[in-house]
Amino acid sequence: MATRAANRIRIGRLERPALTGVLVREVVNFSSYWRSATFSSTVEPTIYLLAFGFGFGSIVSTIGGYDYVEFVGTGTVATAVLFSSAFPAMFGTFVKYTFQRTYDAILAAPVDTEELVTAEALWIATRAGVYGCVPLIVAMCFGLPPSWGMLTVPFIGFLAGYGWASFGIMAAGFAKSIENFSYIISAVLTPLFLLAGTFFPIDTLPQWARVLSQFNPLYHCVQLVRDAVFGFEGWIDLYHLAVIVAFGLLMWRIAIFAMERKLIT
Amino acid sequence: MRDGLAIRLRGVVKRYGSITAVDGLDLDVPEGTCVGLLGPNGAGKSTTMRLLTAQAIADEGELDVLGCRLPEQSKAARAQCGVAPQLDNLDVTLTVEQNLLVFTHLYRIGRADRRRAIEAALEMANLVDRRHSRVDKLSGGMRRRLLIARALVHHPRLVLLDEPTVGLDPQVRQELWALIDALRAEGTTILMSTHYIEEAERLADTVLIMSHGRAVAVGTPGDLIREHAGRTAVEVYGSPSQLAEAEAKARADGFSTRRTGTSISVLGVDGADGRAPEGERRPANLEDVFVLLTGEEIE
Repeated sequence: MATRAANRIRIGRLERPALTGVLVREVVNFSSYWRSATFSSTVEPTIYLLAFGFGFGSIVSTIGGYDYVEFVGTGTVATAVLFSSAFPAMFGTFVKYTFQRTYDAILAAPVDTEELVTAEALWIATRAGVYGCVPLIVAMCFGLPPSWGMLTVPFIGFLAGYGWASFGIMAAGFAKSIENFSYIISAVLTPLFLLAGTFFPIDTLPQWARVLSQFNPLYHCVQLVRDAVFGFEGWIDLYHLAVIVAFGLLMWRIAIFAMERKLIT
Repeated sequence: MRDGLAIRLRGVVKRYGSITAVDGLDLDVPEGTCVGLLGPNGAGKSTTMRLLTAQAIADEGELDVLGCRLPEQSKAARAQCGVAPQLDNLDVTLTVEQNLLVFTHLYRIGRADRRRAIEAALEMANLVDRRHSRVDKLSGGMRRRLLIARALVHHPRLVLLDEPTVGLDPQVRQELWALIDALRAEGTTILMSTHYIEEAERLADTVLIMSHGRAVAVGTPGDLIREHAGRTAVEVYGSPSQLAEAEAKARADGFSTRRTGTSISVLGVDGADGRAPEGERRPANLEDVFVLLTGEEIE
């Protein structure tokens, strides 16, 4: 029986059973903390939506032809995706390898770092795809008309979430201590979050900021979601999609590199 | 598999910066036996364990585990290995059963066999009644039993136990010894690192004593004792100055000695009736060998 097992288990990269193993662990664990995860991933963007929607909404009624609540409601989808992917990936990964030593147990099983990182990113991306819809649902309660394009939003959220989850895992892989995350949050995530066209259109910003936002994956996510909801615009949306996918692929590979350095000594 | 060896290491070196954790280690674990890796803290036992699962990559040397060359084929080897780490890494917010379920997936047990594998592991670890308890509600001994049960859920051919009873009460330690002994009786190959001499003496067929990253002695506990410490030792008690005197005298007479803290053990006194010092006679043990070979000073 033993030799049969040895023959059956081929040495491959990104094997499905290995990914499934890691995903099952996450799903089973999720049953013990889904309340807090769901709370933080949905309440925060909803507060942004309500605060900006009503706060600014009373001053600015329309922006770029959209009702301001609709503008912010579609924009905060990207915020929800970011908050429910980059943050859990950063802190979760760090806690799992430093304090819980979970990854030591997983890597002693027939799972490689590449599979571990991929499965973790897939799981967080799936959650981000779901949580990303919350602002849309809230906005619909405030009058955002439903459209068929909205059905693509969870998939956009998944793709963008995959990139941000990989980004978070990468940050955890390079971090020396959990305090290092303050730099990443203040110097990277906050500016990207504000330069994404979520609360105001970037056309009103100075030239340099507009150029910078072209390199901001969050901006492309905001634009793509808005077009999904209000109507796709052809090539430009394919461009947004391409940037999101490229960001995901790049972050994924760097995250694997960073975690291999950390976990395999 | 080469020569019926589940593990075969030759000239393995692992460095961390300027520190050489494993320094030219040779290690054989024949299939179906239990080998104890005995050594003081910092001897390189845990690093050796990590090398065997390719969580550390050796700088030099050959490593074969279950006929797989490491690190290239490590995944195939890991699929047939069970690992119980020194530091508890159970998912504490999950139940006993959920922890095992996760590992049936990680070790690729088919859907049809999963239930049975979990039941068998629960029974082996005597945790059937606690299957629905959350891990953070378990006692230290139960957690350690679960940690070992989790390593056995896929019926591995080789089990790696890193300090399986460190920090546990004597009663709990006995329970775990019974568990490991049962595993041995089934013919599972075991490599167990420990710094408890009694543990190695009771459970291991062969003991490898490690010091500074190398093997300083290999053999059955009985052979090691005879070879290095003789059959009988004499314990000499007294004040510190008397002990120092007795130590100097025994060494001058050609005996090996070791300090126990409260006495001086003079080793290998069998057949040396005239020269042997006065004191309490006792059979030599593995601890004598251990201290003799790994040094008396704490680093």
